[in-house]
Amino acid sequence: MADRYEIRLGGSGGQGIILMGIILAEAIGIYDHQFVAQTQSYGPEARGGSSKSEVIVSEEEIDYPKAMKPDLLLVMNQKSCDDFFPDLKPEGLLIVDSTFVTQVPQPRAFQIPFTRIAREKFKREMVANIVALGALSQLTPIVSSKAIESAVLARVPKGTEKLNRDALKAGMAAAKRAKKEWLKVEIPPEIPKEDLLDSY
Amino acid sequence: MLLQGNEAVAEGALRAGCRFFAGYPITPATEISEVLSVRLPKTDGTFIQMEDEIASLGAVIGASLTGVKSMTATSGPGFSLMQENLGLAIIAEVPCVIVNVMRGGPSTGLPTFPAQGDVMQARWGTHGDHPIIVLSASTVRECYDMTIQAFNLSEKFRTPVVLLIDEVVGHMREKMALDDEEKIEIINRVRPTMPPEWYIPYEDTPSGVSPMANFGEGYRYHVTGLTHDVRGFPTSRPDEIGPFISRLHRKISSHFSEIQIAEFFKTEDAEITIVAYGCVARSAKRAVIEAREKGLKVGLLKLSTLWPFMRTAVEKALQTSKILIVPEMNMGQISREVKRVNRGVARVITLNKVDGTIITPMEILNRIQEVVS
Repeated sequence: MADRYEIRLGGSGGQGIILMGIILAEAIGIYDHQFVAQTQSYGPEARGGSSKSEVIVSEEEIDYPKAMKPDLLLVMNQKSCDDFFPDLKPEGLLIVDSTFVTQVPQPRAFQIPFTRIAREKFKREMVANIVALGALSQLTPIVSSKAIESAVLARVPKGTEKLNRDALKAGMAAAKRAKKEWLKVEIPPEIPKEDLLDSY
Repeated sequence: MLLQGNEAVAEGALRAGCRFFAGYPITPATEISEVLSVRLPKTDGTFIQMEDEIASLGAVIGASLTGVKSMTATSGPGFSLMQENLGLAIIAEVPCVIVNVMRGGPSTGLPTFPAQGDVMQARWGTHGDHPIIVLSASTVRECYDMTIQAFNLSEKFRTPVVLLIDEVVGHMREKMALDDEEKIEIINRVRPTMPPEWYIPYEDTPSGVSPMANFGEGYRYHVTGLTHDVRGFPTSRPDEIGPFISRLHRKISSHFSEIQIAEFFKTEDAEITIVAYGCVARSAKRAVIEAREKGLKVGLLKLSTLWPFMRTAVEKALQTSKILIVPEMNMGQISREVKRVNRGVARVITLNKVDGTIITPMEILNRIQEVVS
């Protein structure tokens, strides 16, 4: 199915997984002018349950709106990594939040500590999803940096634009470095100094 | 614009001229009220959050009687509570739209997961021998279009119309352009042209639909849930009851062709036709494309009108197909109707799934291959 690119985002309720999906769909659909369908699946709990969001991208109108064999899997906790990794295409791209995903099933995975970056650099764990979106935009050509930035700024609450733009840039910077090293940005004991700098 | 199915329902309602919403929040339909609670007050409309779903539909019926296009939105548990007032809207011939974003059931069931279990409830949920129009949607754009269609049909035939969507479609986001606005037809109820003293509120007409006066504008009439005469007063005379109930049915059945909305996809030469609706129609479309790649002559009949059941559309599919496959997220509700229309002509094969997840294209494809071999 070459006409479809399937993205699955997974984590736990409260991590902003569904918002990530919406922003990503908006970036690709509205700013990058492709067909998109975004769906979600979550439990009845507001926080702590499983949360999944999917974005299908195509040049044609999309029929089946869910991911069958994701081309890209981004997971923000161990459980969703364990649950969803078997669905990933063999040549698919795996991105994990290494703050919570410690057992990575695939050596080619990009491991970036989104939540630690959010927590330690911005003192706001809630922007971890935006950091992750920044990283995602650099690790796949499916969305442009400009589109993702416009989409983030259009969705976040007024007054938080700077925080979110910075979070996005931090994610992009972390991903660029990860790409350079190809493998992983080290998680504990230290976050690389560059991640904590203000200039990108 | 990236819109959610539920948001598109709200936009469609506003476009159709809806200016009153009363409802009670429920997953997965809440976004419809969220949007309307912001937008209605800005368009001279009224939004009320009621104490429950019984009162919600009561308020909607009252508002509609004053001449304002009105709607409510809910999910299975709330739809169950609305059945009593749904019957009142049918017998009093009050136009209104009820959106049911289906989730898993019975009872509180699966609040955040999809199902298609309310198809028969939408048809027969309220008691008595009544006609009803039920529509469905499988894309965000259709959520918009079918909401407008629901209002149009409800105004035209003075009857409640139910729009059945499911959690997948209600919560799904897709791109939607509102660029053909002027082409959209909006229908308003026929109002009386005679002076108030000549007005007979439930008088029969050739179409079966009587003109409807706005309450409070001098046209005085009686609204009741009891079977009534042409002036709206309760009657127990068989010569009045029979024609009245017959007219309720006739006004829908004699306009059957105007209510039929279906889409045929690659059915011209289809030996196997999949009959589907709602989110499952999307899986079915993908299955058709993949089956065609394998050289199998498969087509899709997508039902957008669920009730009155689209006999003629199914009969058209039966002209080429020897096998009909009906995938549904219930234990077989529309498939019964398909079997009824089929009358033994073709093989009708069901594919039922009730685990809270959407039927996948692969599952439909597997069923096709099982049948072929």
